[in-house]
Parts: sequence; C-alpha cells; structure tokens
Amino acid sequence: MSGRIPIELTVNGRRRSVDVLAHHTLLEVLREDLALTGAKECCLVGECGACTVIVNGRSVDSCLMLGVEAEGSEVTTVEGLALDGHLSPVQQAFLDSGAAQCGFCIPGQVVSAHALLADVPNPTRAQVEEGLAGNLCRCAGYEQIIEAVQAAARFGDGRDARHAQVVEATLGERAATPDAEVAPQ
Amino acid sequence: MRAFAYERPTRLADAVALLGGHGPEARALAGGTDLIIRLRDGTLRPQVVVDVKGIAELDGDIREVDGHVRFGALTTMTDILRDERVRRDYPALAEAALFVGSVQIRNRATLVGNMCNASPAADTAPALLVYGGRIVAMGPNGTRHVPLDDFFVRSGVTTLDRGELVTAIELPVADGPRGSVHLRRTRRRGHDLASVTLAVSMTRDGTTRLSYGSVGPRPVVVVDETGVLADRRVPDADKAGRLHELFADASPSPTSMRAGPEYRLAMLRVLGLRGVTAAIERLGAATS
Repeated sequence: MSGRIPIELTVNGRRRSVDVLAHHTLLEVLREDLALTGAKECCLVGECGACTVIVNGRSVDSCLMLGVEAEGSEVTTVEGLALDGHLSPVQQAFLDSGAAQCGFCIPGQVVSAHALLADVPNPTRAQVEEGLAGNLCRCAGYEQIIEAVQAAARFGDGRDARHAQVVEATLGERAATPDAEVAPQ
Repeated sequence: MRAFAYERPTRLADAVALLGGHGPEARALAGGTDLIIRLRDGTLRPQVVVDVKGIAELDGDIREVDGHVRFGALTTMTDILRDERVRRDYPALAEAALFVGSVQIRNRATLVGNMCNASPAADTAPALLVYGGRIVAMGPNGTRHVPLDDFFVRSGVTTLDRGELVTAIELPVADGPRGSVHLRRTRRRGHDLASVTLAVSMTRDGTTRLSYGSVGPRPVVVVDETGVLADRRVPDADKAGRLHELFADASPSPTSMRAGPEYRLAMLRVLGLRGVTAAIERLGAATS
C-alpha cells in the first residue's frame, strides 16, 4: 500500500518521471520529489491559495490534488514563469508595484494572476478581485496586488510577445535536456 | 495523509466492481476538493481511493440528450460557468456554481461530486432541485435514474447503493419561459460556506418551485401552486405569509458554527421574498 507509483508529467516545459506515493499531494511531489519549493504549503484546505499551480491550463490548489492525478499533465509552477532571467510581465508588475510584503503568498498570487490574464487579457477590477479571491494575503497588500495585475494587463502586449519568444527558445532547450541533468539535488 | 491504495480504472464496469468489492472501504475521487481535505484530517480513512477520471465512459461534457441537458460526472464548476446554454437556460445553476469556492476550487470541483458529498449546504443542490434534476447511477445491477429529491438523505448520506457510481446529472429541457435565481447568505462577503441557500424557479402558469439548503439535514424543495408567489400584484406581506407556510419544515441545526437557527430561519424568509421578486422580474423579461 505504501509502494510508489511511477508517473510522467511535464513541469515547466520539462518532461519528468517521478515515483510518487499515492497519498502524497501534487504539492508534496513538487516540493519534496522535484525540489520546486515556490508553491507554498499553508492552509491545506483550499482557502489560502499559497500552493496554486497551473495544471493543463487551469489554476488549482496543489494541496487538494494527489500527485498521481497529475499523470500525463502539463504543470506550470511559479518557477516556470521567469525564463532566462526575464521576469514575466506579471512578475515585473508585482515588483514595480511593490505588491510583495512578506512574500509568502506571492508565488500563488502571481500564478493565479497568470491564469487570470490567460483567460481575460484585460480584466476589470472586479474580475481581478474574483480571479484572485482564492489567494489570501495576510499582510493585506491587496491594493498593490490588484494594481500589479492591472498594470501587467496594460503593458502585457509588447512584453508578452518578447516573453513568448523567450519561452519558446528556452522550452526548446529544456526539452532537449536529459532528465537526470536537472534532477533535484 | 494516511496511506491508501490508489486505483484508476479505465472502464466503468471495473470502477463499479472496485466500489462494490470494497464497499465503505472505498471512496470515489473526481475533483477531490472535499475528499482530500477529509483524507488529510482523518474523517475519512478508506483503504482504496478510486479515481474516476480515467474511465472511458465518463466525460465532463454538457450536452442535450433525449429532452434533458446532461452534465457528465467530470463536469467542473468552471465548465458550467463557461457554458452559454447553462447561463441562459439555467441561470440559478450558473449563479450557484460561481459561489463554489475560488477559481482554483471551481477548476477541480465537479457538479456530481457536489451532489455525492450530500452536504446540506451544497451550493448547486437547490438550483438542480428547482429545475427537476435527476441522477444517473451505474451499479452492479445496471443503470438507474433517481430524482435528485430522492437522492439526498442527510449530511454525507445518499440513496446510492453499494457499488453504484453517479455517471451524470440530467436537467429537463425547459418547455417554456421561466424566471429562476439563486441566492445565499454567508457570514462574510467573499468565499465562505453558506448559512442559507435558496433557489427559485417560476413558470408562466403561476407555479413557483423553491429549494433551500443549509437549513436542515438535507436540501429541500417545496412548490407553490396557489399562484400567490408568482403574482406581482400580491403584496409582499401576503407572499411572506405563504413563504412562512412553505418553509414550515425547515429545521436548522442548533449546533452549527456558521449561524444560529433563529437567524437562518429569519434569513430564509428574507431570501424567499427576494428570490420570488427576482424570479418575477426574470420571468417577465423572458416572456416580453
């Protein structure tokens, strides 16, 4: 019963093979098996959003999904957003707007913002509030966070084009990298 | 989290055999937004978790089949919100789906899972009840249809038999204009479990169906055929009297944390009047 189950998934553009425990969440697999500690463990009941990642194009609380359920999925974590030293438009806007205070919730906020802008490129304030309502910030930096998402939407076009090129180039390289070379330490 | 065996059958018959074989020691996993919380806190300790997402016969589609709109077992709340037909023909369901958790939760949580958990506060249950929804269940003895009103027993308990798996929920296609709405009260603005939920559906013949949740051990549907509630000329005070009669069986738990029973009953009547008023407006807009 405690045996490991082999799964294959794509994380941040890279194919990964992992032997996971059935009762481990995707969050545990990302943090413990793949050493991707950007997604945070916090409330563990789907209220705070600190563990948010994107699975097959949709944002999810990775604490409420088993690792084995991610078999065959495309997963994007906060580590997959900045590429080759280029911050994504959302990350840059969070920086510019001073949206991070203690910073603990920020990976989840940024990932949710990415998912929102992928669906709604020019959201209203109400859409930003609803889109990020599953991400709590106990520093209560909500005003700056909302400003950052709206700013990212405003300057999204030009930067997105450049970002997309970087993503394409980098993912091409990553796909060619053998898994063993990028395994966690 | 306590260890369990994980099964991901690819055929419905295999899933039914697994669930039947293990009985209460097996739990079906779809979206997992409730199940995984309970696996972690130990309120559920199954030996086997049966992931239904690999079953070839199950899907997350919303489509019309034989006079019904059918929601597959894997239909998520997000799928419901994105479906134009649902927003147009079953607005109370779309409004209820939007109340479920956050974007992250709605991206995983399924409509069928929301029913199978049988929470008295399940957001989508009242809407499905006023639209006359039914469950499609597959079990060791084949497929059967169960009206949703005969499905709920009490919190966490349904009339599903051992080995049965819900494969879809079906709503009858409307045979004319109607006005419908979903309302709820929570402790705070933003995401919270409901203290009171209410759905209303009104048709031109003056029939009003109301369903309330979180005010007793299971969601309840009641019907007004007097025409009092649907008549815009009837004063609110008289409608309130009729609602009082219809809600006579509401029995909120005295021990729930979220709200006291007196408050819930008072708010149920407030929501009832608001819901009826909104349904009249929507029915008027649909028929004009």
